[in-house]
Amino acid sequence: MEIFLQQLINGVTLGSIYGLIAIGYTMVFGIIGMVNFAHGDVFMLSAFIALLLLLLLTQMLGLAAAPAFVVALVAAMALTALWNFAIERVAYRRLRGSFRLAPLISAIGMSTFLANFVTVTQGPNNKSIPPMWDEVIKITSGGAYDVTLSYKQILIVVVTGALLAAFWFVVQKTSLGRAQRACEQDAKMAALLGVDVNRTVALTFVIGAALAAVAGSLYLLQYGVVKSSDGFVPGVKAFTAAVLGGIGSLPGAVLGGLLIGLIETLWGQYFSSDYKDVAAFSVLAITLIFMPSGLMGRPDVEKV
Amino acid sequence: MPAEKMLRALREAGWATLVVAGLSFPIIAYRAEPDFNNLLALQPRWPLFLQFCAAAFLLRFFLSLWSGGEAKVKPARVWPKLPWLGPLLLAGLTVYPLAVVALLGPQAALKWIDTYGVQILIYVLLGWGLNITVGLAGLLDLGYAAFYAVGAYAYALLAPLTGLGFWALLPVCGLLAAFWGFCIGFPILRLRGDYLAIVTLAFAEIVRIVLINWDVVTHGEAGLFGFPGLNFFGLPFIPGPRGFAAHFGLPFQGVQKQIFLYYLVLVLALLANLVSLRLRRLPLGRAWEALREDEIACRALGLDTRNIKLTAFALGAFFAGIAGCLFALRQGFVSPSAFTFSESALILAIVVLGGGGSQLGVAVAAVFLVGASELLRELTFLKSVFGPDFDPAQYRMLLVGLAMVAMMNFRPRGLVSTRAPTVRLSNPSSGPSDHLLPQGEKGVAS
Repeated sequence: MEIFLQQLINGVTLGSIYGLIAIGYTMVFGIIGMVNFAHGDVFMLSAFIALLLLLLLTQMLGLAAAPAFVVALVAAMALTALWNFAIERVAYRRLRGSFRLAPLISAIGMSTFLANFVTVTQGPNNKSIPPMWDEVIKITSGGAYDVTLSYKQILIVVVTGALLAAFWFVVQKTSLGRAQRACEQDAKMAALLGVDVNRTVALTFVIGAALAAVAGSLYLLQYGVVKSSDGFVPGVKAFTAAVLGGIGSLPGAVLGGLLIGLIETLWGQYFSSDYKDVAAFSVLAITLIFMPSGLMGRPDVEKV
Repeated sequence: MPAEKMLRALREAGWATLVVAGLSFPIIAYRAEPDFNNLLALQPRWPLFLQFCAAAFLLRFFLSLWSGGEAKVKPARVWPKLPWLGPLLLAGLTVYPLAVVALLGPQAALKWIDTYGVQILIYVLLGWGLNITVGLAGLLDLGYAAFYAVGAYAYALLAPLTGLGFWALLPVCGLLAAFWGFCIGFPILRLRGDYLAIVTLAFAEIVRIVLINWDVVTHGEAGLFGFPGLNFFGLPFIPGPRGFAAHFGLPFQGVQKQIFLYYLVLVLALLANLVSLRLRRLPLGRAWEALREDEIACRALGLDTRNIKLTAFALGAFFAGIAGCLFALRQGFVSPSAFTFSESALILAIVVLGGGGSQLGVAVAAVFLVGASELLRELTFLKSVFGPDFDPAQYRMLLVGLAMVAMMNFRPRGLVSTRAPTVRLSNPSSGPSDHLLPQGEKGVAS
């Protein structure tokens, strides 16, 4: 029972990170209908940027860990947003209106480029930072096993919840959100009605990257280690989360992320940790085959 | 006017430099490496950072200085038909191993035949196989390495188990991979294109994780080795009276096996080429291409889209299985690390750069992508420029990624887009008519 509760907490933490990445997938898919395959690598890149900034602030400027992390998080959000802005401009903008698989192939190329760019510039090995904020709250004690909840985990869940609420507000209530939803329904018509489609799409990528950077920084904080091949598997899992929650839906992405996080940790605990990735990939295949509109999505109707 | 243009170019170059500086600020300017306490320490690389910024500035400056005139609409360039090219290439490929042996001697030739001959030809075979799935039928398969792995493991497991030679196992490997393609394809082929791609990726990763963890059968990461190798119609390539060399009264040389393998791969690759060229003229091949262009229209015309897709998927997988078997024969060793997503991405890049559908283009792309990085490995002076741990394989995938992006943006039909439309309506001498151009040239914004 204690173990189950502990894994539940760990699963929700991991799931929140997947959820944050999944929002990036789901927003881009919603607005231009492409699977942004490079998003997982943008997440990995953001973790590297946060790592370097953290080291820069603590080692060169001598800041304490907590303010350094906050500054690194905000700066990583800005720099990753710039990266995704550049990526959209270079790799995807011209392809809107090309044949259907062109953006996906371009995104696969971008993903390959980013993973190897970080490998070449930072080396292929693990980068680990010393653990920060290890204080924990004991939820149960006295049993065979102490169930703990760390401040980091609370921070991760709270940040995810707050960001979800903020972006839900942006998409539902602001003019940017209205423009996004208009482009989602019919980009050509939106352009005729005076929506700057290019700007709206670029902003969507920027927001997605900023959220991925939050996820990357929190991932670094929680697990303390990142390597250049870390973009692929979390990326696919976050995509699974987006699909499971219903692609195009923001709360769906977070719900899907939580489910994937829970499935993965519980599977790893009770079945086999070697095969925990198989669980996530199977969920992806099963969802796409039997339930392509996900839990909270709209059915995908192909118009002729 | 020139001053104005100069100012504009300067302004644009300034912005580009700012963006590049932002992009490369921490990731290029610093490198985090563990120090002797195993704590990460930063190594500044500001000169490299400044080089990047300077390159961005100059590139953007001259680009905007020279461009900016009236945009010219270039007519589509139709490559001239070269009827002698095919036979010439074929003759060159046939003579290649013998010529290398004659020029360099049997020892030095080994590397040239094995790395540059056999390895590239296996990739050409893989490219032609995937081309059936991706280029002809338009089904984006991101898990092609899984079928490649099925072929390689099928040979490595079945050869010692059954005692059969590779002639018997070669079709078995292909059929097993095709069977896997059929089984995986069956549930997923009704998905839309990009979902299909992601699910094939998921299946390939599952296959790889199973290969890593199913220790009893696959020996995990360590892989399988020591299985029987190549033989020449029952004559093994070993020194001694029972070997190939002694039978034909030749002196024993290690290169003989490589030469035989080279011709074997060449013949099989040409067979794959022939099959896909012939199939394109059959109703099945035409249905593939029609399906790629418009699935809904195909269904409206009464084509059985599921079976048509399945055949393309399974046939592509079949050739991957054959290539896997040849891979196992070449390496004498199979392990899961050879069948990662980046392998699938490389084969996909070969097809994409080859211009989806063009046989020659795929072959050229395979030679270029695989051969170029091997050549870079040879250039020792690069090590003195980039430092001792310079590994061109890393830069290869970096460039492959960039090339795929560039390809989709500028030449979505491929580098060598000789592919003529398979069906013409009228007046065959007037070049490709506009409405029969392959996909990608004039899509409608969706």
